[in-house]
Amino acid sequence: MDKHTDHAHLGLWTYLMSDCVLFASLFAAYAVLYTATAGGPAPADIFHPRFVLAETLILLTSSFASGLAVVFAGRQHRLGTWVALLATFALGATFLGLELHEFSGLVAQGYGWQRSAFLSSFFTLVGTHGLHIFTGLLWLGALFLYMAVRGLTPQAVRRIGYFSLFWHFLDIIWIFIFTIVYLIPLL
Amino acid sequence: MFGILTLSALVHGPIETFGQLAVVGGGVAAALLLTIARRWKWLWSEWLTSLDAKKIGIMYLILALLMLLRGGIDALMMRGQQALASGAGSGYLSPDHFAQIFTAHGTIMIFFVAMTFMFGLINCVVPLQIGARDVAFPLLNSISFWLTATGAFLLNLSLVIGSFAATGWLAYPPLSEIAYSPGVGVDYWIWALQIAGVGTLLAAVNFIVTILKERAPGMTFMKMPIFTWTVLGSMFLVIAAFPILTGTLAMLSLDRVLGMHFFTTDFGGNVMMYVNLIWAWGHPEVYILILPAFGAFSELVPVFSRKRLFGYTSMVVATMAIVILSFGVWVHHFFTMGAGANVNAFFGIATMTIAIPTGVKIFNWLFTMFRGRITYPTPMLWFMGFLFTFIVGGMTGVLLAVPPADFQLHNSLFLVAHFHNMVIGGVLFGYFAGFSYWFPKIFGFGLHEGLGKLAFWLWLIGFATAFLPLYALGLMGMTRRLDFIPAGSPYHQLLIVAAVGAVIIAAAVGTQILQLAVSVLQRAKRRDHSGDYWNGRTLEWSVPSPAPIYNFAHIPVVHERDAFWDMKKRGVHMQGPYEDIRLPKNSSIGLILAASAFVFGFSMVWHIWWALPVALLAALVTLIARSFVDEREIIVPAAVVAETEERAAKERALAQQPGSFEPTYG
Repeated sequence: MDKHTDHAHLGLWTYLMSDCVLFASLFAAYAVLYTATAGGPAPADIFHPRFVLAETLILLTSSFASGLAVVFAGRQHRLGTWVALLATFALGATFLGLELHEFSGLVAQGYGWQRSAFLSSFFTLVGTHGLHIFTGLLWLGALFLYMAVRGLTPQAVRRIGYFSLFWHFLDIIWIFIFTIVYLIPLL
Repeated sequence: MFGILTLSALVHGPIETFGQLAVVGGGVAAALLLTIARRWKWLWSEWLTSLDAKKIGIMYLILALLMLLRGGIDALMMRGQQALASGAGSGYLSPDHFAQIFTAHGTIMIFFVAMTFMFGLINCVVPLQIGARDVAFPLLNSISFWLTATGAFLLNLSLVIGSFAATGWLAYPPLSEIAYSPGVGVDYWIWALQIAGVGTLLAAVNFIVTILKERAPGMTFMKMPIFTWTVLGSMFLVIAAFPILTGTLAMLSLDRVLGMHFFTTDFGGNVMMYVNLIWAWGHPEVYILILPAFGAFSELVPVFSRKRLFGYTSMVVATMAIVILSFGVWVHHFFTMGAGANVNAFFGIATMTIAIPTGVKIFNWLFTMFRGRITYPTPMLWFMGFLFTFIVGGMTGVLLAVPPADFQLHNSLFLVAHFHNMVIGGVLFGYFAGFSYWFPKIFGFGLHEGLGKLAFWLWLIGFATAFLPLYALGLMGMTRRLDFIPAGSPYHQLLIVAAVGAVIIAAAVGTQILQLAVSVLQRAKRRDHSGDYWNGRTLEWSVPSPAPIYNFAHIPVVHERDAFWDMKKRGVHMQGPYEDIRLPKNSSIGLILAASAFVFGFSMVWHIWWALPVALLAALVTLIARSFVDEREIIVPAAVVAETEERAAKERALAQQPGSFEPTYG
């Protein structure tokens, strides 16, 4: 590993740890507020575990695909890298679409973020994760552009590695969201 | 088109108009001066787009000085109001304006003076101290600085367009919610801090990687200078604490803009959650600021005592203990919340525990001085001033940590006196000490000692005159942030004493500016030829002053803790052959991203929604364009390095006076 990659990895890890703390404060807010329904719906009234399970599996598969992309890129396998990254993108975009579908359904029922503190914290926590996914998709788009122009250069291989690290991180955060936001209130 | 921004946002009362004109006038005057002197191009290529940590550090220092003046004027205005608005007089400020001033004062002093000053010193010193040619991510460094500057700009823009928050520097809800603060003030506060906060976070990532990865060969952790250690601790705290601030401000903003209910008084909102979250950031923040000040003292006390630091290992352990403990004490900021006796007892005891590692540090410095050959140039005077004021502040802090006492003193001027005692006597004196100590290294010439000492004494006397009365006033029951004191109250006389103290501090700052001006004018005479102005012990003193753009012609090899002292003792001299050195090329990316951040923040404040995606798109396109740039470095040819080094060696030989180096220890 050369000096720049080494530095960038540690820097990215450090940044991800700080992002962890950002999510931690949003999780804390959710933990404080999820019972503050103000006469509105409680978690059990509006969450559909199967739907969320589907979302989860799609995101995990996307993460797996990004892992494959790293392996393919490392072996200079152009086609494999492209297919894996496109799959990562498609699955990520599907996940985001499903999340927006859930959000718009809640808003249509009158359960928007203004309804109660519980819903404010729900939309903010899950929405922040969604915003990260959206950022990841933009990043991936920029990566496609780079790869289309320059090909699978060592630079591109490194960047696929960085992206993948970020993407796995979002996966881990989602596992916590799945557990703390969707599952625990249903118990 | 412009959201809720109308021309009426420019219309202010007479006193605000003065501030407005001062900001605009200052900007126009600076622009004119640059145009007349034909210095725009120079400014752009030598400074604004520079990725050299030393230059970025100097820009941080200039920003901190400007903000110190702004925050200082706020302080004078407040002291003036409280001295005048007693009994028959009603002062000259409206309650709302007074509230904006105390909010701006706190926000500016913490975020844009203390933090900015700290990053200025870190940028100028840490790479040199660890034997590195630059930071790990030079472009990110520039981005961090420009985001900080954007935050400061946005905050000061509120003087010109609209108004600032009138909520106190931490903007507690429900007052800061849209229902009670419908104006744009709180939004200015939020976005100034969000943008500067991102800059701070990125800078912390940068310096953690720099310190962990860029140290010279041989510099193991336990051979690292203490300043670098404290910076590492401080940066860990930034990584762990600043995201909480980001999250909390985001939640407040969502309440205000999208009508959410995190901290509202209805729909299940929880006001005390805000107070908990903001102090979960806010308490570590205090240690983020103080640790590098401790680090600066740990560097200069040994140098001016002609001894190595006493208790290096315990210093490191104490620093890291403070890093960890600082996350376990936040509730002491609101013992009156009603969390119950057990919770308060826990946090009270945890708070007192911090006095232990801090005490260890104080004794280490004292034992370093013990039997040393002590001299007292300005940096050492700041240390002595710190020692006395900080101990007083520390003891009143332990007093406030006792929950029953805190119930009485909470929200009183006793508290205000306490934290100024810590932040002025600790943080600011520490940075002034560091600034006067490293000044010759940063700029290549020494500061006028006489004026420096005068400034120190004025600061010390002014501090005591301005803040010791506040302890008494607090014990007498005066609460903080009063814009008016009723007739017949016993507070009036002490408030006048405090106002006199503020004027003395203003004179001290004036003396510091005079000191800078005189020293700059006499810079030829004060030139530091040796590079080793104080007979220093760490690596930054091994290179010429100011350090060449590449810092080190050869990366030094470290064998001992005080690496440069060890080299001097062993008579190690770096010489040729020299090789080409690669350095980061200038980049305007930092400025462009900061401009996007400014448009984003300003549009959030004024609800100019269409501009938000434009700003984000501009940032995105910039980053994508950057990903295609391959030429990111310049090469300093070996011949240029050789020439620079030989010139410096000649200067050094001329400066060498017989007997100037006498190893007195080990």
